[in-house]
Amino acid sequence: MNTTVAEKIPFWLDPKKRAILFQIMVIAGIGLLAFYLVSNTLFNLKKQSIATGIGFLQKEASFEIGETLIPYSAASSYGRAIIVGTLNTLRVAFIGIIITVILGAIVGIARLSSNWLVSKSAAVYIEVMQDIPVLLQLFFWYAIFYESLPSPRQALNPFAGLFLCNRGVAFAAPASHPAHPYMLFSFFAGCVLVYLLRRWAKSRQDETGKSFPVFRVSVGILIAFPLVIWVGSGAPMEMDVPELKGFNFKGGMTLSPEFMALLLGLVLYTAAFVAEVVRAGIQSVSKGQREAAMSLGLRPPLVMNLVILPQALRVIIPPLTSQMLNLTKNSSLAVAIGYPDFVSVANTTINQTGQAIEGVALIMVVYLIFSLSTSTFMNWYNKKVALVER
Amino acid sequence: MEKTYPDAYMESLKPPVTSIGVIGWIRFNLFNGAFNSILTIITLLLLWKTVPPVFKWAFIDSVWFADSSACRGSDGACWSIISANFRFIIFGFFPYESQWRPLLAMTLLFGLLFYSKDRNHWKKSLGYAWIIGLIAMGMFMRGGIFGLAPVESAKWGGLPLTLLLSVFGLTAAYPLGVILALGRQSKLPALKLLCVLYIELIRGVPLISLLFMSSVIFPLLLPEGVTINNILRAQTAIILFTAAYIAEVVRGGLQGMSLGQYEAAESIGLNYYLTMRLIILPQALKIVIPPTVSILISAFKDTSLVVIISLWDLLKTSKSILSNPEWMGFSRELYIFIAILYFLGCFSMSNYSRKLEKELSTEN
Repeated sequence: MNTTVAEKIPFWLDPKKRAILFQIMVIAGIGLLAFYLVSNTLFNLKKQSIATGIGFLQKEASFEIGETLIPYSAASSYGRAIIVGTLNTLRVAFIGIIITVILGAIVGIARLSSNWLVSKSAAVYIEVMQDIPVLLQLFFWYAIFYESLPSPRQALNPFAGLFLCNRGVAFAAPASHPAHPYMLFSFFAGCVLVYLLRRWAKSRQDETGKSFPVFRVSVGILIAFPLVIWVGSGAPMEMDVPELKGFNFKGGMTLSPEFMALLLGLVLYTAAFVAEVVRAGIQSVSKGQREAAMSLGLRPPLVMNLVILPQALRVIIPPLTSQMLNLTKNSSLAVAIGYPDFVSVANTTINQTGQAIEGVALIMVVYLIFSLSTSTFMNWYNKKVALVER
Repeated sequence: MEKTYPDAYMESLKPPVTSIGVIGWIRFNLFNGAFNSILTIITLLLLWKTVPPVFKWAFIDSVWFADSSACRGSDGACWSIISANFRFIIFGFFPYESQWRPLLAMTLLFGLLFYSKDRNHWKKSLGYAWIIGLIAMGMFMRGGIFGLAPVESAKWGGLPLTLLLSVFGLTAAYPLGVILALGRQSKLPALKLLCVLYIELIRGVPLISLLFMSSVIFPLLLPEGVTINNILRAQTAIILFTAAYIAEVVRGGLQGMSLGQYEAAESIGLNYYLTMRLIILPQALKIVIPPTVSILISAFKDTSLVVIISLWDLLKTSKSILSNPEWMGFSRELYIFIAILYFLGCFSMSNYSRKLEKELSTEN
């Protein structure tokens, strides 16, 4: 009897069937909308005789790019132009993230300082920087570089080897020497050694309880290895000093005003958010933790390293990741001040080829790769520092 | 027997003069320990090096109401770039004699915002007031009825455009974001997948790529002969972008609801729609008011990006004045002015959000 009643329930009153029906309807609706938009697009593309597909990547780009990390000329392909742009984005994002984290940590700690003046200065910095759009800050710094600094002939020279002018910042760098690659190599060798040393020191401490001054020895190794090679190859002291030739500086390292303005704007803006993250992280560790560690007889540096930081990092890491991603995404504003980042190059490509759909899709895919790889790395790190519960 | 003390004992000892009052405050807050004393001295030195010159530049040597030639002769700030172009910076190309209309619309908006600050005023009637207010603002901007001369949207610019993009953007993005958040929390796999894809895709890309998309792809998507204007396209991009962020905030609120709430709603026989409308959303949305205000702040700041696709917002009107040879070279002054406008907006919102957070947390 019951079974017959169950069978008689009409399908629109059965929650399971209704759910399936509802989903089919939603997907069909979205499919119809997509079909409508795609057919419109195809019609429009055909009418405006715009090519489709990613074949344009092999064509000659025929536009110049101001700053390149790899060889590029107007005769190179669009594909190469986009790689150049991507590398420029990564360059500003990578340097920017490192400086931002350092500055943000300093400001965040300063915000918690018991010194009234320092704490209030940090608070004013955080509030002002957070409340002004980053694009406006970029314009401001670019204007400072472009309008307020003198021409290369009257370049400011605050100390030997550094020149500030409206063509950018030029500074002295060590002249290239065959020993440099070896120094770099020895530095990486030192890194591997430090890693092994840390593992050994930890296992020894676990077994015997004897501690090993890992930090001091690691710093020593990292400095000593390249230094030995440097001294061994005759201590090359020669510097490549920028010189004024014609209208601009030659030699040394030069950073363009666009790059400097972008870096400065992104760093100062994002550091304010990072400072808030750091402050919240440190404040999240309860006072009792510090007192308990002190009562165990740990010295202040050990209290910080073994008790406070591991707990604070747990709170800090996830929002810090999103700030890093924000910095990377905001670096796309470079297009407004003329730094040839990835979005700016892609935008030029779209304007020249008219292949807007492929271009925008490319922008989205590349940024998704940036975000996903950063968040994968940070998730891995987060898992490392996360609380291991029994 | 009662003990008697000499007067000297009865008199309570005052703390030494060095630990109270101004001196005490300075000692405890600025010079407690060697490290802090050094920090204080360094900070004071830095401030001494920077603040007086900036003050001199901005207030003493500055020019306030003169033409640009007077500015070129002085060492200080040229604030007259603002006083001379004030109405263009604020209103853009809006017809000069009708600029009272955007002014009235903005006053209405600020009035409504100010009235909504007090939580005792949060009633249904306030919602209707907002709807009527927004329609009235649109009417003042557009014109064409009640004898107001029509003004095409291509002439809208400056501060009203910035406010329009952020306020309408958030108003439209909010319901979309709530629907997306509900979809992400839903038990229906296809729906959930769609919402997750949308939210993660949009949050992974910068707003500027969506704005480019709106300016180059939207025209391709529409049937032949149909065009939508620039502002609406940018507005759509901002709405699609903001909705994804609101969805994540609302999801936080939904996850904060205890399972008991759902079970209780189910046990009194409410269906999904009624459960959400009467039980879950009113509570979840209330918890997430402070983060929603943060989203509003970022949306307000992000509207400045429309300058890149050539809409005449505050930044674009400023840049066009700076490209005028008469005022070339005074970007610092103008950018500082725009920065102050944005700062006032964002600072009052973030202050309000902090206050609200405090109020809401003591209540529960």
